[in-house]
Amino acid sequence: MPSHKRIDVSKVGDVTVVRFVDKKILDEAGIQELGAELFSLIEHDNRRSMLLNFENVDFLSSAALGKLITLDRKMKSAQGRLKMSNIRPEILEVFQITKLNKVFDIRAEEAEAISAFQ
Amino acid sequence: MVDQPAADAWRLSIDLPSERGASRRVTDDLLEHLGLHGWSPSDIFAIHLAAEEAIVNAIVHGNRLDPAKKVHVECEVSPGVARIAITDEGAGFDPASVPDCTSEERLEASSGRGVMLMRSFMSRIEYNAKGNAVVLEKIRNPADG
Repeated sequence: MPSHKRIDVSKVGDVTVVRFVDKKILDEAGIQELGAELFSLIEHDNRRSMLLNFENVDFLSSAALGKLITLDRKMKSAQGRLKMSNIRPEILEVFQITKLNKVFDIRAEEAEAISAFQ
Repeated sequence: MVDQPAADAWRLSIDLPSERGASRRVTDDLLEHLGLHGWSPSDIFAIHLAAEEAIVNAIVHGNRLDPAKKVHVECEVSPGVARIAITDEGAGFDPASVPDCTSEERLEASSGRGVMLMRSFMSRIEYNAKGNAVVLEKIRNPADG
């Protein structure tokens, strides 16, 4: 299991659950590292069912949105499924304003998201 | 650029270097003083996001990370109004030329959402004619207490 600096990775059944270490996802270097660690889960570890749990995240900038879009695209190309959960209302508003809520599969809670993979 | 300051307002005037991460020199203090002036967590989130996006735009797109250029930031926070003015030394841009990031063909683009987020989360955003200076303003909703 490779070590990660920006994410905590666990498994619930077949689903890879990712939690974010940083409460604020905004600085460029951190976002680059975050992206590399997330992409590696698909490209190196062949994870095909992934849930991003945002419960620890208080803030993210538009630069982070770009990484999430790339991650979503990579997962779709790999015939995998990516879902997101536990997003605080202000960040959900960011997704709604940018209409990314139509691109991403967003669920309220982790349990609901996990069961949606079945 | 920041006009008619309120008597009890917190103010900051600072020149930032054109390097990634420099926005923290403003936002740490800004967030603290928004809290001290009783702004709600959701308003603080909104102002933080708008300020972060505008300062990063000024550093990266305006000054193009040129170490010889500065980004000037003025903040004013009172219980009723938060105002941030950001000026870079770049050539400026036409904010009307930024494509709609929610259009079908741009929806999954990896960048280009900052200006829309600033407009959505603030009460007013106004660029100067050259396009190298922006004022972000949030008026507190009295219903927020």
